[in-house]
Amino acid sequence: MDLSALTVASTRTAIAEKQFTAARLVEDFYHKIKAEDGDVHAYLTLAEDRAFAQAKRIDAAVAKGDPLPPLAGVPVAIKDVMVIRGVRSTAGSKVLENFVSPYDCTAVTRLEAAGAIVLGKTNCDEFAMGSSNENSAYGPVHNPRDKTRVPGGSSGGSAAAVAAGTAVASLGSDTGGSIRQPASFCGVVGLMPTYGRVSRYGLIAFASSLDHIGPFTKTVKDAAVLLRVIAGRDPMDSTSADVPVPDYELEICKPVRGLKLGVPTEYFGEGLDPELRIVVEAAIQRLQEAGAELVPISLPHTAYAIPTYYVIATAEASANLARYDGVRYGYRSAKARTLSDMYRKTRDEGFGAEVKRRIMLGTYALSSGYYDAYYLKAQKVRTLIARDFQNAFGKVDAILTPTAPTPAFKLGEKSDDPLAMYLADIYTVTADLAGIPGISVPCGETKSGLPIGLQILGRHFDEGKILRVAHVVEHELAAVQ
Amino acid sequence: MKVTEKDVIYVADLANLELTEQERQRMVKDLDSILTYIARLNELDTSNVPPMTQVFSDTSAAIKESAQDQDRSWREDELRPCLPHDEALQNAPVTDKEFFKVPKVIER
Repeated sequence: MDLSALTVASTRTAIAEKQFTAARLVEDFYHKIKAEDGDVHAYLTLAEDRAFAQAKRIDAAVAKGDPLPPLAGVPVAIKDVMVIRGVRSTAGSKVLENFVSPYDCTAVTRLEAAGAIVLGKTNCDEFAMGSSNENSAYGPVHNPRDKTRVPGGSSGGSAAAVAAGTAVASLGSDTGGSIRQPASFCGVVGLMPTYGRVSRYGLIAFASSLDHIGPFTKTVKDAAVLLRVIAGRDPMDSTSADVPVPDYELEICKPVRGLKLGVPTEYFGEGLDPELRIVVEAAIQRLQEAGAELVPISLPHTAYAIPTYYVIATAEASANLARYDGVRYGYRSAKARTLSDMYRKTRDEGFGAEVKRRIMLGTYALSSGYYDAYYLKAQKVRTLIARDFQNAFGKVDAILTPTAPTPAFKLGEKSDDPLAMYLADIYTVTADLAGIPGISVPCGETKSGLPIGLQILGRHFDEGKILRVAHVVEHELAAVQ
Repeated sequence: MKVTEKDVIYVADLANLELTEQERQRMVKDLDSILTYIARLNELDTSNVPPMTQVFSDTSAAIKESAQDQDRSWREDELRPCLPHDEALQNAPVTDKEFFKVPKVIER
């Protein structure tokens, strides 16, 4: 069987029709991972015992003729910021090198309850802080489409595993673009749901007002299937929303005819790669030909999104990462003599350069005398950015933009310049700040064959519509090829 | 913006970081350039704008009602099963099987 060609839908069908067993499928996937992942480095930890145990349950259900759940036998990978009981969860950090979780993340529990098989944990930037996956304490991920290039970040391993065919689908997390940007760089579908749509219980926290869990898949339909499984209220996460979860598979079958799609001027200005612009504009044109109405719009505070994000995200991170002090879990420095010395040496030795930089920036922004000037100011500008979207969604049903200003860049190209790296998220941070959903769908390639993503943003809890638009883009593109 | 080494030492202390001499030099430079970039927020007049303290604080009433139904965010203060003692300790760097152990806090 061609593992790279498997989708969520085709895997489930093949298992149900007994073309192969789940156990055989898992065996083949581990064989492929061990043979091919050395060059990509998408995986940090394999969960073989757990995967084979789950495969056995699925095969038993097939043998008995039981009704099969929606993800029966589908091999998935989980970004290493989501914890799984009995499995190492590092968050890409040396601090959690030997951390074995005593409990399960709700999104993973829901995937497994729906029949998915967790193959392992994927590489990511340390504590999900980065746009290239070069901040992992365990070494970078290489883009499967061009191994001299980054896969994007921070969910680089989850995007790369799906692109390389070493997982059928995966979960990532998005705080400033960490699902959509790597999806664009690796040529896969990446969906960030509305804030609160998916429970974050068991997600290692980075910035709590911005963190989201969402899927990476090869097709839009697969993203629709996965979202339906992981979405919905969870009593273990008080920020999860009690909003009905529709059948997204039905939603994506609707046409785009009559939909009003906004095209914001600010996302097509200076800094956008010219070759990428041509491909994205062509995809937008195809949507018009498919019957959607294009509406020029303005999101005037877009230029302030990156500075706003880097105040709020780092302030929240500085508080969330205070827990890594060497007392209850994680790394502890062996050198310290006193308690306060232990805290400092543990954190100094355990955290990487970017994590320290963000803790410092966030602590600075929250420190006495600077709180109003930075943190409060950023929260006010966040209101203006959210209002930009509210105004736009009074006129349009969804918004179309490039996912990232460039295709995948070279390893090492931006790693010495934090500001240049932060600008890789310029088109994605706005949705995190506003709490609205966004999807990146492949819409073409550069002349040298690097994938390009189209980003579709929607109203709060209106994932159905952005999936619907993405589905049309996917089919229009297939028609061209 | 002009971040000094003194600022970096003060903030590192608040953040329970020590930083090497080399890291401090780099941090002065990085924080200075990032904070200079962030200062562009001051171009905006926000005197009549409320801070966004909650994701849905400024959205439509309908979404607010369903997404942030306060009643559902509260639960009875009842005893519920929690992590067993040994599992809560299993990831600790040093324990005496009963408690987390840390270096001596009080010198006598």
